Amino acid sequence: MAKNIIIVGGGLAGLSAAIKVVEKGYSVDLFSVVPVKRSHSVCAQGGINAAKNLKGEGDSPAIHFDDTIYGGDFLANQGPVKRMCEAAPAIIDLLDRMGVQFNRTAEGLLDFRRFGGTLYHRTAFAGATTGQQLLYALDEQVRRFEAEGKVRKFEHWEFLSAVLDDAGVCRGICAMDLQSMEVRTFAAEAVIIATGGNGAIFGRSTNSIACTGSAQSALYQQGAIYANGEFIQVHPTAIPGEDKLRLMSESARGEGGRVWVPRDGKPWYFLEEWYPKYGNLVPRDVATRAIHKVVFEMGLGVEGQQAVYLDLTHIDAHELDVKLGGILEIYEKFVGDDPRKVPMRVFPAMHYTMGGLWVDDEHQATNIPGLFAAGECEYQYHGANRLGANSLVSCIFGGFVAGPSAVEYAKTAAKAEVPEQVFTAEKARQEAINQQFYSNEGSENPFVIWKELGNTMTANCTVTRYNNRLQETDAKLQELGERYRRVNLSDKTRWANQAFFFTRQLGNMLVLARVICLGALARNESRGAHYKPDFPERDDANFLKTTMAKHTASGPKLEYAAVDTSYIKPRPRKY
Amino acid sequence: MAEKTVQIRIKRQASPQEGPRWEEFEIPYRPGMNVIVALRDIAERPVTVEGKSTSIVSYDANCLEEICGACAMIINGRPRQACTALIDKLEQPITLEPLSKFPIVRDLQVNRQRLFEDLKKVKAWIPIDGTYDLGPGPRESPEVQQEAYPLSNCISCGNCLEVCPQYNDHTTFVGAAVISQVRLFNLHPTGRMNEGERLEALAAPGGIQDCSYAQNCVKICPKGIPLTESIAAMGRAVIKHTVKKALGK
Repeated sequence: MAKNIIIVGGGLAGLSAAIKVVEKGYSVDLFSVVPVKRSHSVCAQGGINAAKNLKGEGDSPAIHFDDTIYGGDFLANQGPVKRMCEAAPAIIDLLDRMGVQFNRTAEGLLDFRRFGGTLYHRTAFAGATTGQQLLYALDEQVRRFEAEGKVRKFEHWEFLSAVLDDAGVCRGICAMDLQSMEVRTFAAEAVIIATGGNGAIFGRSTNSIACTGSAQSALYQQGAIYANGEFIQVHPTAIPGEDKLRLMSESARGEGGRVWVPRDGKPWYFLEEWYPKYGNLVPRDVATRAIHKVVFEMGLGVEGQQAVYLDLTHIDAHELDVKLGGILEIYEKFVGDDPRKVPMRVFPAMHYTMGGLWVDDEHQATNIPGLFAAGECEYQYHGANRLGANSLVSCIFGGFVAGPSAVEYAKTAAKAEVPEQVFTAEKARQEAINQQFYSNEGSENPFVIWKELGNTMTANCTVTRYNNRLQETDAKLQELGERYRRVNLSDKTRWANQAFFFTRQLGNMLVLARVICLGALARNESRGAHYKPDFPERDDANFLKTTMAKHTASGPKLEYAAVDTSYIKPRPRKY
Repeated sequence: MAEKTVQIRIKRQASPQEGPRWEEFEIPYRPGMNVIVALRDIAERPVTVEGKSTSIVSYDANCLEEICGACAMIINGRPRQACTALIDKLEQPITLEPLSKFPIVRDLQVNRQRLFEDLKKVKAWIPIDGTYDLGPGPRESPEVQQEAYPLSNCISCGNCLEVCPQYNDHTTFVGAAVISQVRLFNLHPTGRMNEGERLEALAAPGGIQDCSYAQNCVKICPKGIPLTESIAAMGRAVIKHTVKKALGK
């Protein structure tokens, strides 16, 4: 059999895994719904964390580890987080060697800035387009391997399902060409899923269109455990828009930006007043709740709107251009004002999926043998709240673990001849699902169902959660699921039919939405991004544990697993 | 009073085999709309201005903040990204057409694979030894970083190729975006070690001599990349490299 690994997703995690797999002598079939250079990783702005201590502050991976665990409210298993923080400095060096245009100090060394949830300058950055620059560096390395014949790209392909044999072992994938709409199965010795977050479940978010969570949901429905689904990060500062909530990076505050609202005719810097130690750089969940309190409870939103000011006008314009140019441009293009001259108007927006496919501590292996996961689609590095600039490092580190783990699995797992029937059966199952959509004669428009899904999830499953509203939300999700069965494709053609693919993804979104909602309902405490006013305290006795959702015909079945806290004893989280 | 509306004309094509046709839509206006919002409105109610039901419009889009490069199309005659095309700033009726220099897939969707293939021709990467820990990368002055960083902002949207008189399906010209990437990698201390390979690729057919200096590229680039500077710099570098090679140096 060919020494071949399939990777689904071509963002930072997928590309990192691909590079490692090729270095181990295996070839890669890389699947992506978009050309990999257009993956959502390009949207990351502010930077990537590594405790390189180049500012003489005494920073260390141990402090990075503590900040990350504390920032995540002790929900993350500590072993993998510790290893990630220890690996981070070498990852920065590697990216630097790959040619990432990081900002420099006068001496020609990497420059670092501050980010939320830490008191150290720990974040390396390339202007305010760090994700784009990192993705391009990895994309270039993978293109080099592609030119050498070691990577085959399947861009514009939609993942439909894993191919599982009778023993439940993953033997490949079933995917569909977004243009020809051909359904095909592909064999591999192991499969790595790196399909990102699930912002589309919330309708509008800071995520890209491709971030539907569809692949994770499909795998969950095939038996993969989905962990900590209820933990959804709402970023404090984004520009509201009808199509997207556009991120205004935390780096704006890292470089000295101040958040305020007018009160009694004067600016009120409420974060600085409430959190004197961290000020504007409290973790995202804390800043987001503070903004909600100021706007909704105190009625102090700018001009009565759902908005607060993010102010950079006191900072030198040239310095802003060098360090934050990319986000200033976004604000100018979409809002029309110059943030060097007028304070930006921002509001919190759904941003990051802390939960995801469950993976083991050591190998990024899911509970399905032969199936690995890395990046935002898995659950393990950020606990109950991710610190800013930790996502890029977790994606790359996760990919660097998943790639070699998949190769090791391929070398050591018991080889069995996989009957062709395993592949033909999965293909037939997927084609039958497709045919159902084409023959459906209902009257529901999938885009309308999606809008209702996004509205209800954003209203009830983001910043503040109440049990009665979560119960109503679950009922609504089930109603949407019923209506989804009567969905009518406005377009029944069989060539590049975007309505068809969206409709398929929507079904998976509806399933995963219930995992998020019911996970939140069951967790009667407040921890990190999960906040219930009726249960305002963290409850370690009952909830210092990982939510493990398993799919059943009647909905998610929730179980819980202990959290590894062997390095840092949980302590109260007070910024 | 009649509600304010937005009129849009879209050039549609169901597949590469079928001919193009125009459809007109009228949708309710809201402040802050962009072309993407308009296309989503049409998806929620795919009915033309004549009241005829139609299919949703196919188009590529992903990040919606002009950093992924996906949503390039011709809007009122000008190639640009749909996400930053704000309705308030567009004359109506707004016309949407697919980029014309790339094979059509469907409606506003085209296949820009050639752009990525051309990046292989010029070896647009830093050939690192491996991903194991070899310590920090080379030092670089802030001045060089500030020269290189804008070049690395290229989002491979293809707008510069759309307006290039030399780029079409009967030439092999790589175009401004790819030439500018050669400049980027040849600026890097490690990338410079292989500058000869990249310059030879630009000296070959389809390389820099195909440029007619129309300078349309630099005017259309949504990221403000100094493309003509890159072309001039690489033109000089290719000549220097070719002469040196001829002299056996």
